[in-house]
Amino acid sequence: MPSSPDSAAPPGLALQNIGVRFGGLVALDDVSLHVPPGRVVGVIGPNGAGKTTLFNVVCGFVAPTAGTLTLDGRPLRPQPHRLTRLGIARTLQGVGQFAGLTVLENVQAGAGHHARTGFASALFGLSRADRDERRLRDEAHAALERCGVGHRAHLRPDALPYAERKRVALARALVSRPRLLLLDEPAGGLGADEIRELGALITGLDCAVLLVEHHMDLVMAVCQEILVLDFGRPVAFGTPGVIRADPVVAEAYLGAEVETP
Amino acid sequence: MTGRTWLRHLAFLLPAAVAVLALTYLLPPFRTYQLATVGAYLCVTAGLTVLTGLNGQLSLGHGALMATGAYTLALTQNALAGRGQWTLLVSTAAAVVVTTAVGAVIGCAAARLRGPYLAGLTLAVAVVVPSVTSTFESVFNSDQGLSVALDPPPLALGATFPYERWQAWLSWAGALLTLFLLANLVRGRFGRNLRAVRDDEAAARLAGISVARTQVSAFVVSAACAGLGGALFAVLAQSVSPGAFPLTLSLFLLMAVVIGGLGSLTGAVCGAVLLVALPAATHSLTDAVHVSPAVAQRLEGNLPLAVFGVVLIVVMLALPGGLASLGRTLRRERPDP
Ligand SMILES: Nc1ncnc2c1ncn2[C@@H]1O[C@H](COP(=O)(O)OP(=O)(O)OP(=O)(O)O)[C@@H](O)[C@H]1O
Ligand SMILES: [Mg+2]
Repeated sequence: MPSSPDSAAPPGLALQNIGVRFGGLVALDDVSLHVPPGRVVGVIGPNGAGKTTLFNVVCGFVAPTAGTLTLDGRPLRPQPHRLTRLGIARTLQGVGQFAGLTVLENVQAGAGHHARTGFASALFGLSRADRDERRLRDEAHAALERCGVGHRAHLRPDALPYAERKRVALARALVSRPRLLLLDEPAGGLGADEIRELGALITGLDCAVLLVEHHMDLVMAVCQEILVLDFGRPVAFGTPGVIRADPVVAEAYLGAEVETP
Repeated sequence: MTGRTWLRHLAFLLPAAVAVLALTYLLPPFRTYQLATVGAYLCVTAGLTVLTGLNGQLSLGHGALMATGAYTLALTQNALAGRGQWTLLVSTAAAVVVTTAVGAVIGCAAARLRGPYLAGLTLAVAVVVPSVTSTFESVFNSDQGLSVALDPPPLALGATFPYERWQAWLSWAGALLTLFLLANLVRGRFGRNLRAVRDDEAAARLAGISVARTQVSAFVVSAACAGLGGALFAVLAQSVSPGAFPLTLSLFLLMAVVIGGLGSLTGAVCGAVLLVALPAATHSLTDAVHVSPAVAQRLEGNLPLAVFGVVLIVVMLALPGGLASLGRTLRRERPDP
């Protein structure tokens, strides 16, 4: 039974009163957030604030103990492997690559749901399976080019410098053609120039982005709205200007920002 | 790397088929029989290397899956006895189907387990399956096993056609078909998903790959190959008994694919050759040194295992990627012109 869109629920991803507990630890407490189509929304907060946990809730790795999720007004019961079909892609904090696959294969792996042929065609090596493979390969090449690592396609990911591995991870997310992209610390470990390039890439995307990042300049430059978490609780929400001026934020986070990647 | 996959893989296998065909005319009967045995082992090692090498699932139960295929073939073949050559095709298909079904059940359980727990589960399978034969004595005739009623080679091949040659043809038809299908399968999305799941489950999920489904399919494919291998074994031995599928068989199979090179079909070929060649070599060695019958009997079972262990260690030290990586290693060490 297809559930009809709730007129009250907005398009895009919406989280309502999400709570997550790990035993006695409250990782998220009453967090609500709306990511409309095409918008870039940032989530910031000190280490352990619950940012990654928030992503894990959206992806179905962690079941919320309270609250609901909707996608375009429909209730969302996320399962990690179904996300790309729903138009949601995520990069992991760190790199999360397949060490035994080439860079190209790493990205092709993210395009699997675009395949039109199945097991039997592959088993007999039919030419329609070949055509399908070629299409996925072209898509993967295009995604790598877009992220500036097209020339690395045939290397193993661990032969690349860290910054390029993060681009490969981004390419794998983009190849699925997401409507919503979740980026968990994409600038971690990058230099200033690389961060500027990343910022330009994010701004140029045609999908909604939920960005978790410690690097304030990047967050302030690319986000239209920012949610601030502290010990799992939302402490502020607003445009970069509002967040920068908020004394609570300065105390909870910006004042404590001493770590440089 | 363009062109049609099936055509390219066929181009690899046709010369192999011709070579096997030639060998069956050149080798003496006993060697031909050994060649046939390599073919039967090859079905199993190819399937196992896909499961363990590409998907990272360890199986100590492939000997038991072979037993499943062998017994299914024996029972079906005996039930259909005397109706013609085609019955072998039916009973082989039955063996593959039944073993695939058993593999699906084990695979579903295996997909929930990791590392030592998975090894434990498959070990349990290896122990339980042979003991089923003594529980249902009336069907499986317990330790004596069953003999398999097989037709002689087709008369069209001539009245004096050697039986070993016919066996080698049968087993290599199965082996080359297995290699062809597996090679097709692993070079595309299926194979990529197997490796992605092996390397990072969380990242694989986020890439849209169902980890459980991938692992179960890997087990099913691998079991189908083991079933075919087992069926061919029954055809070669013309009998089946629990003693033919001991726990050590599963260990040998696993060592063979590691020595050959995990995840490589070329490695599976090397492994299958070793499975026949090493025990034979040890046997002729013990024959040559004239030990007392009592000692010889004790060595009989254990020595091949020890030899395999030593070869495993030596190969892993010299070539961590297994025998299949020999070519690659040599090419890398030779300076580019
Ligand atoms: N699966 C889990 N089981 C138990 N506790 C967890 C689990 N995942 C996260 N936590 C805890 O929840 C809290 C929030 O963790 P989370 O990883 O979401 O923080 P974060 O904001 O992403 O931090 P960082 O900036 O360091 O990445 C931490 O105290 C963490 O130890
Ligand atoms: Mg985090």
